Amino acid sequence: MNYTSFATALANPVAARSQMGFSLGCHIIIACFGVGFPTLVLFAEWRAHKTGDPVYLVLAKRWAKILGLLFAIGAVSGTVVSFEMGSLWAGLMSHYGQVIGLPFAMEGFAFFIEAIFLGIYLYGWDKLSPKVHMLAGLPIAISGIAGTFFVVSANAWMNAPRGFSVIHGRIVGIDPWAAMFNPATGPEAAHMLLAAYMVTGFGIAGFYAVAMLRGNRDRYTRLGLLIPLTLAVIITPIQIGVGDWAAESVGVLQPTKLAAIEGLSNTTKGAPEQLFGYYSDGQLHDAVKIPYGLSLLAKHNVNATIQGLNAVPANDRPSNPLVTVAHLSFDAMVSIGFFFFAIGLWLAWSWKRRKEIPKTKLFLAAVSVSGLAAVVAMECGWITTEVGRQPWIVYNVMRVDAAANPEHGIQYGFYALVLAYVVLATVLVLVLRYLAGLPLELEAAKKYMKRHQA
Amino acid sequence: MTLATVMATIMWLGVTFYALFGGADFGAGFWDLFAGNAKHGNDQRKLIEHSIGPVWETNHVWLIFVLVIMWTCFPTLYGSVTSTLWIPFTLAAFGIIARGSTFAFRKVVVKTWQRRIFGATFAFSSIVTPFFLGTIVGAVALGRVPLGVGKGNEITSWLSPPCIMIGILAVTVCAYLAAVYLTADARRSGNMKLVAQFRNRALGAGIVAGIVSMGGILFLHTAAPTLTHGLTHRGLPLVVLSGIAGAVTLGLLYIERFVAARISAALAVVCVIWGWAAAQYPYVLGSQLTIAHAASEPAVLHATFVSLCVGAVILIPSLAWLYMLFQQGDTQAE
Repeated sequence: MNYTSFATALANPVAARSQMGFSLGCHIIIACFGVGFPTLVLFAEWRAHKTGDPVYLVLAKRWAKILGLLFAIGAVSGTVVSFEMGSLWAGLMSHYGQVIGLPFAMEGFAFFIEAIFLGIYLYGWDKLSPKVHMLAGLPIAISGIAGTFFVVSANAWMNAPRGFSVIHGRIVGIDPWAAMFNPATGPEAAHMLLAAYMVTGFGIAGFYAVAMLRGNRDRYTRLGLLIPLTLAVIITPIQIGVGDWAAESVGVLQPTKLAAIEGLSNTTKGAPEQLFGYYSDGQLHDAVKIPYGLSLLAKHNVNATIQGLNAVPANDRPSNPLVTVAHLSFDAMVSIGFFFFAIGLWLAWSWKRRKEIPKTKLFLAAVSVSGLAAVVAMECGWITTEVGRQPWIVYNVMRVDAAANPEHGIQYGFYALVLAYVVLATVLVLVLRYLAGLPLELEAAKKYMKRHQA
Repeated sequence: MTLATVMATIMWLGVTFYALFGGADFGAGFWDLFAGNAKHGNDQRKLIEHSIGPVWETNHVWLIFVLVIMWTCFPTLYGSVTSTLWIPFTLAAFGIIARGSTFAFRKVVVKTWQRRIFGATFAFSSIVTPFFLGTIVGAVALGRVPLGVGKGNEITSWLSPPCIMIGILAVTVCAYLAAVYLTADARRSGNMKLVAQFRNRALGAGIVAGIVSMGGILFLHTAAPTLTHGLTHRGLPLVVLSGIAGAVTLGLLYIERFVAARISAALAVVCVIWGWAAAQYPYVLGSQLTIAHAASEPAVLHATFVSLCVGAVILIPSLAWLYMLFQQGDTQAE
């Protein structure tokens, strides 16, 4: 092996992994809003017509504008990913594209429906009656859900590859349906779908919480906080349950990943739950231990045996630093989940007593933080599942090294993409701030409602 | 016809729709760039924004459609093309990012300097993107992409005079389609000055596109004898038909039959795309990989085909509603 080919072999999987992680990490934030936001917009529009309150319509129209903007960004950042499947992972796709392509083809359709009806919805306010307009919005919300399922099923397949056999290096006996409906699809898709609603809900609520902290307490701002926050806190306890299901499924399908998440070195009966700390020299340091906790959580039995990292050879499992990353990401995600749960309890308590959003600044500050925290939690979840699977791109079937495009210069594409996305994110924030500063179009909303009441 | 050929045909239909609809969007951006200064070009830019605003995202999905069908049904083709041509793919991706985001940004801002920056980026990337996509087409058509992951040269496979020429042809064709489509849109908006402007552009772009493609065939003769042979034999009827349709379009534009001109302009482009397919058939990559060899296992093709049929039942009426809604009675909207 000469030096150049060695350098290429070393650099490309790392560059490809960095670029994919980065571009998907960015795309997923926007995609969450594409999935969750239409429901909120439609709810506000429906309330406007139901109650005759034009403030709801102001919200719906403004949110629709932001949705349109975010959807455009999501459409292009999603296209980038579909290029990267080949430009970075040609090795994976030329072998396994046929196994796991089906849900992507379906996602293509879901995306079509989303784009078509978003066009109709955004540009159809004055062309359609309110009823038809709202009905035209429904397919956006539904295809967002469907699209989440399709895309996540492809990722789930990487965690629990099914629907094919490898005989003498050839992939045969492909059953695309079995690949799509692999055992990881259910918990992963449900977990991600709820996460999308939570990112949207806390994200929007966080924005309005900041406005309220700045002294803006009008009805528009309060509703802008209350509607998305209510959705997000209702989902939170469900998500905690689904998260438990997802973790249990990881324990069954990917025991090495569970061991990495928990930083568990040796196979243990009645394993303790270990919080935080770091993993080096083959063990977890400075962790808080809860006796029998892990066995109880993962297998719902205090005496259950949990497989440790050492059960597989060192080069078939994540390295020590990656174990730390997966472990801490998981703990961060779960901690944030319970922080959300506390916000939900607080809101419920206040609503029960006074039919009001809690007035204290502490509550508003917590909600403000929740917007960012939801994104962090979701990213941590993805880091957990992706880093925890290393060095495999397809668990126990294909290594990352074998999947990457071997051509020269891949890393420069990565640098350029980072630069482009930094610029894009900056401009997006500036434009969103500009939109937020526009005066509320209450009169226009009143006119619209009057016109359509007759 | 085997199921593999059916899937290849469906994929090629996706390419065709992307060229006809997505291509026209790129072309609209091309004319946005040459619309003149902020004051002078205002009406033109308004028309462009109004025409493509509701539909550009949908038109764009055809590209995704083609890619997912390719990696599902012809995975080795996808792997070979995207790995060797990762540079033009990445550059096209940058164009797509810049284009979509700045078009959306421009729509919501009002200050002239902001609209100018976003507008210029949108328009510039509308030219860059089809150019690089065109070089990809060129590299594949000219047989510069060998079978296998990362087996070709990442530079010379696409950065060569014939590929660059096909990139230029792609930009020209986009501009031509857009000008023809926009002429009809302009007439519906009732602005006769715009009608005249876009009609002249459509005539000019049509002539340029004709010259570039004629020149292309001569150029290809030395660069890609196999492709040329295909184009002048099995693909010949389509090539000839394309030329006729192109000429008819010019005539229709001249006598101001703009809706008919739309159809014949589209036909001219469709004939080029299918002429290429006919010339290459049954090969998908140079003279190494046939449709049958590239195809996934029958179970995969079957599942994808069934899914596409089910999807089409929802997709086709939805598309019809979208285009009908925004192609009629939109004079009062602005």
